[in-house]
Amino acid sequence: MHPRRIIQWLAALGYNANIPGFFKGRIYRGELKSFCVPGLNCYSCPGAVASCPLGAVQAVIASARYAFSFYAVGLMIGFGLMFGRLICGFLCPFGLLQELLHASHARPAKFKKAEKTAKIARPARLVKYILLAVFVFALPFLTKGAAGVGDPAFCKYICPAGTITAGGPLLAANPLMREGLGLLFALKASIALITIAGCLASYRFFCKYLCPLGAFYGLFNSFALYRLRLNKDACTRCGACASVCGMGVNPARSPDSPECIRCGDCVKTCPASAISRGFRNRACQPQTESASCAIPPKTRYKK
Amino acid sequence: MDAGRPEPVKTDARRRRALRAVFFVIAVAFILIGWHRGEIRTVFIKAATICLECIGIG
Repeated sequence: MHPRRIIQWLAALGYNANIPGFFKGRIYRGELKSFCVPGLNCYSCPGAVASCPLGAVQAVIASARYAFSFYAVGLMIGFGLMFGRLICGFLCPFGLLQELLHASHARPAKFKKAEKTAKIARPARLVKYILLAVFVFALPFLTKGAAGVGDPAFCKYICPAGTITAGGPLLAANPLMREGLGLLFALKASIALITIAGCLASYRFFCKYLCPLGAFYGLFNSFALYRLRLNKDACTRCGACASVCGMGVNPARSPDSPECIRCGDCVKTCPASAISRGFRNRACQPQTESASCAIPPKTRYKK
Repeated sequence: MDAGRPEPVKTDARRRRALRAVFFVIAVAFILIGWHRGEIRTVFIKAATICLECIGIG
């Protein structure tokens, strides 16, 4: 198994270590739930042993006592500052689920080409920023009623991770809960089905277009401690990196792109070893070429 | 390169370091403010009960 996939599985199992909960249809109620994991992992998933950062932000803003969540936003800034969207690539169970779905069947090559050339694809990526601003930060505050309690709007109306990983096992194990299903569940189940279909057609459909947490971490990609670095002198502009990137990034042009999830596929593919990644590898910078990064360009990449 | 003009790479690195420092201070300050205001308890209470909104019921 690929090392990244092993880390993804370990993170998913670590976040959801309450395995008996899946069989009993009950969630974990220990003190660990006060803390947030870096990835998107619904706290009502029976396995979850900690909180989802997006859920925590909304829970606090929607509560009667507060208008803003310093604690959860502070944690998210800390995670983003350290890792940027490496979290999406390595430490997000919903990202793993999407990758497994995408890998589950073969697609015609025209699918990827169609997505790359579609005019709507690029502006559609802005949707996740709108969801972050409106559904995660604004609506939980603006929907507060007379009692002073608002709706965790993203969790309530959109989040497919909650519907699939919390709703699925809990509804399966609790017949009483199934009696409460209505229009809201129909809406959420539809979004979950669209997400699943999207993931079958497109690599990490939810991450690309809908995930507010990825949008938040993407803001830190250009100055996070963990970064992708390009040696412009070694780069031959062959386009090999852009052709393997599932997120549609061209690392030779924008290694700091907020869309890059730091999966490392471009690093492995680059025939000139012009791309590196890590926490403090300063070697591969233009104009500061050192012996460690002065790798002569190999022959041009041919497909 | 002009003696008075800094190299772009160094400026970039300096800008990154400054941003990191600023956001590190913000992150620590936010966590401490949140802890002081008792937000952690609110997160725990929400996370330790089944979130009906997350499932699509409430």
